[in-house]
Amino acid sequence: MCLALPVKVIEVGCGPAGDWAIVDLGGVKKEISLALLDDVQVGDYVILHVGYALSKLDPQEAERTLALFSEMAESVAAAS
Amino acid sequence: MKYIDEFRDGEVAKTLALKIARLAQPERSYSFMEFCGGHTHAISRYGLSDLLPPNVRMVHGPGCPVCVLPIGRIDMAIDLALKQGVILCTYGDTLRVPASEGLSLMKAKARGGDIRMVYSTLDALQIARDNPEREVVFFAIGFETTTPPTALAILQAHQEQLSNFSVLCCHVLTPAAISQILESPEVRQWGTVPIDGFIGPAHVSTVIGSRPYEFFAEEYRKPVVIAGFEPLDVMQAILMLVKQVNEGRAEVENEFARAVSRDGNQKAQDRVAEVFELRREFEWRGLAVVPYSALMIREKYGSFDAERRFKMDYQSVPDNKACECGAILRGVKRPQDCKIFGTVCTPENPVGSCMVSSEGACAAHYSYGRYKDMTP
Ligand code: SF4
Repeated sequence: MCLALPVKVIEVGCGPAGDWAIVDLGGVKKEISLALLDDVQVGDYVILHVGYALSKLDPQEAERTLALFSEMAESVAAAS
Repeated sequence: MKYIDEFRDGEVAKTLALKIARLAQPERSYSFMEFCGGHTHAISRYGLSDLLPPNVRMVHGPGCPVCVLPIGRIDMAIDLALKQGVILCTYGDTLRVPASEGLSLMKAKARGGDIRMVYSTLDALQIARDNPEREVVFFAIGFETTTPPTALAILQAHQEQLSNFSVLCCHVLTPAAISQILESPEVRQWGTVPIDGFIGPAHVSTVIGSRPYEFFAEEYRKPVVIAGFEPLDVMQAILMLVKQVNEGRAEVENEFARAVSRDGNQKAQDRVAEVFELRREFEWRGLAVVPYSALMIREKYGSFDAERRFKMDYQSVPDNKACECGAILRGVKRPQDCKIFGTVCTPENPVGSCMVSSEGACAAHYSYGRYKDMTP
């Protein structure tokens, strides 16, 4: 129920009030609402939940988290 | 898919496990409660508990909206469909939750109730537009993630003067549930497990931010790490919690910074505040009546409130006697401790709500963990 997915925005400004977007859901295209989020642009990733974008995904923060994992892999390897 | 697969790497998970094993001090034990069903699901599905050292234990908390929905609320929805003849729109998760008299929404549908599964509140609005001669009620459940879409639906219905649309509001609040676990009179009845820290909600926090948890960290001296729902997110959060415990810190840390900020989504919060106000009390399955733990529709939008429109009163209904959901939601018991787990109660035929959604502790354990219980 709370599961939501990061999806890529491929078109903005559609729908009756212009606040819908089209996203790519692993190859499947889907219309979602951007009514809860400002400044979404084509190419952004958003967290999609029950048809609405809840937040933007920050690629830099994602990289930072991933970098943390690989740093750790090195430190564990070095220590063992 | 991007931003999913990178957070599921098995090798990295093993490295994280090694690091946790090194950091966890052998003479102490660590119990962490993961609040969200999404975390419970990830832990069971990827067998994360098996990667942890024996003195680090994960306790499944109440964070699945389906699991905490009390029978009386489902009875109200069934009543609307069967006795009031409305079109009842609901998220698919609620369909199989057992209600009174052996009913569920699915069984009520078989008895002729016009019950329709929707994916989004946008669909419910469309059904109302398409059926102007019928009353359409959206059965709104969920935590802070699903509340803003309900608020928008009500604002939209108000704007369009969609007079045949209303909402049966059962939205609940995460921080209230955490407080209830930490200090409730039922602790005497159920007993309690010492919890050393919490894995905080992922998607709920995209909306409310990490700030509301600062209060717990300070008030209850419990560390909270907000974490994403992928397996590496959960492992990293456990590592961060072990560190905090070792260092005697109790802070809010954010592992899910790629989607969660301290303040959350202000626009979503504003819409919610416009439409909803705090309910004085609300009954949770397994947590009893929790004060100020849920939302109701403000007077201004009262015509969209199904409880007002159909003059309904909430009636509390006790759970099935055999069901241990109450103790499981508090982390006092595990699914396999319930006498009817996996025999009378299965995902195909759930007796309690923890067996219904894949995020419920019983269903997650049934699907992914139960073979481990067998003695060789
Ligand atoms: S196994 Fe079924 S009856 Fe037992 S606690 Fe879980 S949901 Fe309740």
